[in-house]
Amino acid sequence: MARIGVLIETNENSVKPANFGVLTAARGAGNEICAFVLEGDATAFQDDLKTYGVSKVIAVGSNDGDFSKKPDLQAASLVAAMKNFEITALLALSSSRGKDLLARMAAATNSGLGLDCIGVDLEAGTCVKTYFAGKTEATLKLSGDLFLCAIRPNAIEETEAPCDIAAEAFTADAADDGKLVIKEVKTSDSGKVDLSEANVIVTGGRPIGSKDNFSILEECANAMGGAVGASRVAVDSGFASHAMQVGQTGKIVSPKLYIGCGLSGSVQHFAGMKTSKVIVAINNDKDAPIFTKCDYGIVGDLFEVVPALTAALKK
Amino acid sequence: MRVYVCVKHVPDTAANIKVVGGSGFDESVKFIVNPYDEYAIGEASQLVKKEGGEVVIVTLGKASAMTTVRAALAIGGDRGILIKTDKQFVESDETALILKKAIEDDGGADMIFAGKQAADSEGMQTCYRLAANLGMPVATEVVGFSYAGGKVVVEREIGGGEREVIEMTAPCVVGATKGLNEVRYPKLPDIMKAKKKPVNEIDAGSLKVDAAGLVELVALEQVPERSNAKMLEGSVTEAVDTLVKLLRDEAKVLE
Ligand SMILES: Cc1cc2nc3c(=O)[nH]c(=O)nc-3n(C[C@H](O)[C@H](O)[C@H](O)COP(=O)(O)OP(=O)(O)OC[C@H]3O[C@@H](n4cnc5c(N)ncnc54)[C@H](O)[C@@H]3O)c2cc1C
Repeated sequence: MARIGVLIETNENSVKPANFGVLTAARGAGNEICAFVLEGDATAFQDDLKTYGVSKVIAVGSNDGDFSKKPDLQAASLVAAMKNFEITALLALSSSRGKDLLARMAAATNSGLGLDCIGVDLEAGTCVKTYFAGKTEATLKLSGDLFLCAIRPNAIEETEAPCDIAAEAFTADAADDGKLVIKEVKTSDSGKVDLSEANVIVTGGRPIGSKDNFSILEECANAMGGAVGASRVAVDSGFASHAMQVGQTGKIVSPKLYIGCGLSGSVQHFAGMKTSKVIVAINNDKDAPIFTKCDYGIVGDLFEVVPALTAALKK
Repeated sequence: MRVYVCVKHVPDTAANIKVVGGSGFDESVKFIVNPYDEYAIGEASQLVKKEGGEVVIVTLGKASAMTTVRAALAIGGDRGILIKTDKQFVESDETALILKKAIEDDGGADMIFAGKQAADSEGMQTCYRLAANLGMPVATEVVGFSYAGGKVVVEREIGGGEREVIEMTAPCVVGATKGLNEVRYPKLPDIMKAKKKPVNEIDAGSLKVDAAGLVELVALEQVPERSNAKMLEGSVTEAVDTLVKLLRDEAKVLE
């Protein structure tokens, strides 16, 4: 059994649930798991993490001061932490931040890196990810000092494995060249569920027709605790913000349930949601291509079907 | 300013991909400029329009990638460099070393743009490795860019409707994505002009880089589409009631 590191994404004093699938992947057939957090006090996360087999949680900091605005210093501090705790494989959530930090670590240490992976085999030193926008899957063999792999949110189903946990702090001896700083974080649609971490997504396409009409999708998504997405056409027509776009040039998502409303089923849209567990299509054209690549289909006008679905969910 | 844009020659995103020989694919499909790179070219052109200088398109690819270099020059660029290799998938660490060497041999960069990822291998890491090789700062998934007095400010979407505003010293590497600008589709005169722009062809082997090969592709497999969707018939109410029942009891994706 190996000792595997997992970089945990936190939200104030809690662990984002999307991490639990990553912890499950890291545990494999019984590996020892060290979790690393970059903000807050390690003890705050103990309860969330021990349920998923984490035996040690380490809050990483740097002796060069606050690194919350310095991603290169965070990466350098993590590299130092890997050395200190004798860890050669680190997994993370393939979120914007997770991908960015692992890529910085890989570049700084000349290590093998797989991002947006949907599978990992720690013993073989391989990871699996899509190539060609979900049309194929590639197995990559990683080499170098560290094995770094970021897992697509929801790609691996979580299972619990409670154990005892210890918490500690680690201050890395690392420095920053000062060439890059995060100036601020702007919130445009505050309070919205992060699309890539949502368990249920209801998406609207071209026929939605206006920004206001998205409210029928929001009501439906709310009934399931989900989030709302949009096709590129809906975004480019000004009905939705780019942050809501799913697909090749938008977000990659993998929810348990994806409900596409008024989507034709383009390859570029599927590039962003093909690995969803269950795909439902609502389209008024019985010959729409999306019906050849979904699990459940309803032929009908989305302006009738979606509100009816919302009502059925609330029953 | 000398601004480089790293552009990849990739299969059209709509192309049918057929896996051949375990880790390759049938390459007799249409190839295009990597879609994310189009935003990079657009931003580089705007920067040079403002600051003066030249935009240099750099492509590592097969000899056939010349079509992509020309297409990129038609979108915006003054000259090109085609670094020829015989592989479609070059490992990201090797690609980054080759790009570094080619850019340095050509005179060195005041700014580098690229797409945030290749549409074929979806590696998402060449920008980072290139930046580290050159000792430059880097940001990717960039949807906003400005440059003033040797400082670059970019914005990146980080999910949940949040945007990070990052300041970097120039030169730096910027990985572009949709949202950065509107892609300008070239008109016929642009395409004609691009044919006459100088393109320097070099062999990747002549750059003599020594890469470890950190990310090796060992297998490529076709992913079948889902088929046999269950179509829910009846009135709208009947159809949605059945759907909710199936999602709860059969698919078990709803409580
Ligand atoms: C490089 C590149 C990248 C791209 N990236 C993306 C991406 O990231 N995301 C993305 O989504 N697209 C992307 N696209 C665009 C993609 O090719 C499609 O154009 C787009 O996905 C189509 O959006 P749509 O399904 O909303 O619209 P359409 O294709 O127009 O489909 C609308 C569907 O709605 C149905 N319909 C109409 N009225 C109703 C009604 N009242 N009720 C129910 N159904 C109705 C129609 O039958 C039709 O099937 C990309 C394209 C390229 C070239």
